[in-house]
Amino acid sequence: MKHDYINSELLRFTTAGSVDDGKSTLIGRLLYDSKSIFQDRYEEMELASKRRGESEVNLAYLTDGLKSEREQGITIDVAYRYFSTPKRKFIIADTPGHIQYTRNMITGASTANVALILVDARNGVVEQTRRHAIIASLLQIPHVVVCINKMDLVDYDEEVYDRIREEFEAFATKLDVHDVQFIPISALKGDNVVHRSKNMPWYGGSTLIYYLETVHIGSDHNLIDCRFPVQMVIRPHNDEFHDYRGYAGRVAGGVLKKGDEVVVLPSGFSSKILKIDTFDGEQEEAFPPMSVTVLLDDDIDVSRGDMIVRPHNQPQVTQDLDVMMCWFDQDKPLQLRGKYTIRQTTQEARCIVRDIRYKMDINTLHRNIEDRKIEMNDIARVVLRTTKPFFVDEYRQNRITGSIILIDEATNNTVGAGMII
Amino acid sequence: MDYNISHLKELESESIFILREVASQFENPVILFSGGKDSILMTYLAVKAFYPSRVPFPLLHVDTGHNFPETIEFRDDLVKKYGLELKVGSVQKAIDAGVLQEEKGFNASRNSLQTHVLLESLEEGKYDAALGGGRRDEEKARAKERFFSHRDEFGQWDPKNQRPELWNLFNGRKQFGEHFRIFPISNWTELDVWQYLAEEEVPLPSLYFAHERSVITRDGILLADSEYLNKRTEEEPFEEVVRCRTIGDMTCTGVWRSDARTVDDIIKEIATTRMTERGGRADDKRSESSMEDRKKQGYF
Ligand SMILES: Nc1nc2c(ncn2[C@@H]2O[C@H](COP(=O)(O)OP(=O)(O)O)[C@@H](O)[C@H]2O)c(=O)[nH]1
Repeated sequence: MKHDYINSELLRFTTAGSVDDGKSTLIGRLLYDSKSIFQDRYEEMELASKRRGESEVNLAYLTDGLKSEREQGITIDVAYRYFSTPKRKFIIADTPGHIQYTRNMITGASTANVALILVDARNGVVEQTRRHAIIASLLQIPHVVVCINKMDLVDYDEEVYDRIREEFEAFATKLDVHDVQFIPISALKGDNVVHRSKNMPWYGGSTLIYYLETVHIGSDHNLIDCRFPVQMVIRPHNDEFHDYRGYAGRVAGGVLKKGDEVVVLPSGFSSKILKIDTFDGEQEEAFPPMSVTVLLDDDIDVSRGDMIVRPHNQPQVTQDLDVMMCWFDQDKPLQLRGKYTIRQTTQEARCIVRDIRYKMDINTLHRNIEDRKIEMNDIARVVLRTTKPFFVDEYRQNRITGSIILIDEATNNTVGAGMII
Repeated sequence: MDYNISHLKELESESIFILREVASQFENPVILFSGGKDSILMTYLAVKAFYPSRVPFPLLHVDTGHNFPETIEFRDDLVKKYGLELKVGSVQKAIDAGVLQEEKGFNASRNSLQTHVLLESLEEGKYDAALGGGRRDEEKARAKERFFSHRDEFGQWDPKNQRPELWNLFNGRKQFGEHFRIFPISNWTELDVWQYLAEEEVPLPSLYFAHERSVITRDGILLADSEYLNKRTEEEPFEEVVRCRTIGDMTCTGVWRSDARTVDDIIKEIATTRMTERGGRADDKRSESSMEDRKKQGYF
């Protein structure tokens, strides 16, 4: 270890808020106050603000995306932003909050450690706030931070903060979210974003940046149930590594150690881990999200899509999947009895939609069993039957082995994203 | 015991995962090698991903004929060191054959000609996945780019036809004739790249480090003087200690006054300079959306 920054961790968070809650301003503020904006980009922003006749430099322009969207004045996709402090590097999945962009929010949420939910202090908890919280719960984002924004417009009033907090907490009891924090901020003025606010002495908690820098993400991965989906087989075919046969992949759960007894699915053959190899040399152990190459003691037949696990802790091996599915296809609704390609970890097969149990209202969690037409942005509980066994865990146990996508066989588009129940 | 890895190791692991997915999902991938640090990093990560096997795809370098000689030398050494296969698409050849015409005027560059040769080379090699060193932090138009970026039969990119990417699941399915651009280092920032290259002690072309060079000033940018540059009479070359922040065609890659002689110096410099690296590229300055336009045509 030669440099200090080698201790810095990576944190991914997603942002969602209603239009005009101040999401763009907040991201601009985080980037600007953490000195992650370059001078030339700042000047671009200055110029854009001037062109539109704005008196101050609008930090929101920093997060502007593609030309066509700029012209329409809206954001319609997931945009990724980056900034860092000496403690952590941050990746923001910036998503629009409107209901017609549920699929974008779900995409952004799928890999996030933290969900940042923005609430306008003047409006309190609104339908969109509930929707964002439900998505955070559904996608099992481990940490939620509710930023109550525009505190400057409510005189930095503690009562407003308390009321919104209570309202949110009452609603959150219905959800599967465990770690929720509340921070009163003004994205425009900078209060409690990077610098502690002098206007809210009643608030004893941390600033947003301090929260993001310190929230404990070490146990966000499942470190208990060993899951190693084989991505590819490495066989060098040269003299130096003549008998080398390694299984390359990214650890999806648990801690693999040299010498561990393992079972390979689907064959069920058992063996021992001979070696955990990387370009940088042999490793004693491997855990998520490391990419390594595993060598086994015995010469058994293993290929892409197989999974290396521990004998007494195995995933479910099944062809019947019960999933919460978000639909992504703008042209065609989800077809009952329809056939799709399904992907989970490094496995691929075909599947048929055997049942659509209900449609879930993303604003209220209400289960609708009458209307089962599942169109873009809808979320439904569905039952799938696959052509071959998959090795799965409940999404709540493991976000990697518990997630699937569906691919339309005619267009090859990714049309559905599902979480295994 | 806390099971954490550093942000650089996590980025490395993610890129290796993507590279291995590409090897598994595509028949005939190729690494687009520009000679810059991002494509050097990508190549280095590919070496790691398939170790101890050789990288299962060739490098494709589109040679504008106006490259810095240091770039070519470095490229050839790299290829030799890791036992890689190299393919070269030549802009000069296309010009000589009358397929392309040289731009005229003072800002003439071979960038737009590069796109044509790139697309031709991809077609000729029947590559179905072209790996690029693009990063999302580079430019606004890239913030929404996918790891697996779908291109139609004409090599064009349609922002409306991009597939959502959730969790670790990447969908590289395609119709006949279509292909993908893959960006394994999407999530790296300029600083991440330098920090990683420093930590791993990856060798780099000498152009990235401060050296004395004959330059001219144009539109506030320093350009390296060379026989390929059309100079106005008042553009008198002078000697300056400079370095490159990006490496491209000699005619449009800006150089910076700098005395950074090591990667650690460069990291310090980046932490204090407030200019994006693409700020020095004459081709990006032409219009606010120029990157996006070139991307639609298939440059990236
Ligand atoms: N007074 C005040 N205005 C804010 C604050 N945050 C954002 N705004 C304003 O609210 C409007 C919408 O903000 P913007 O960031 O574009 O919202 P977005 O649609 O969520 O991205 C803009 O006029 C901002 O200047 C805040 O903390 N206080």
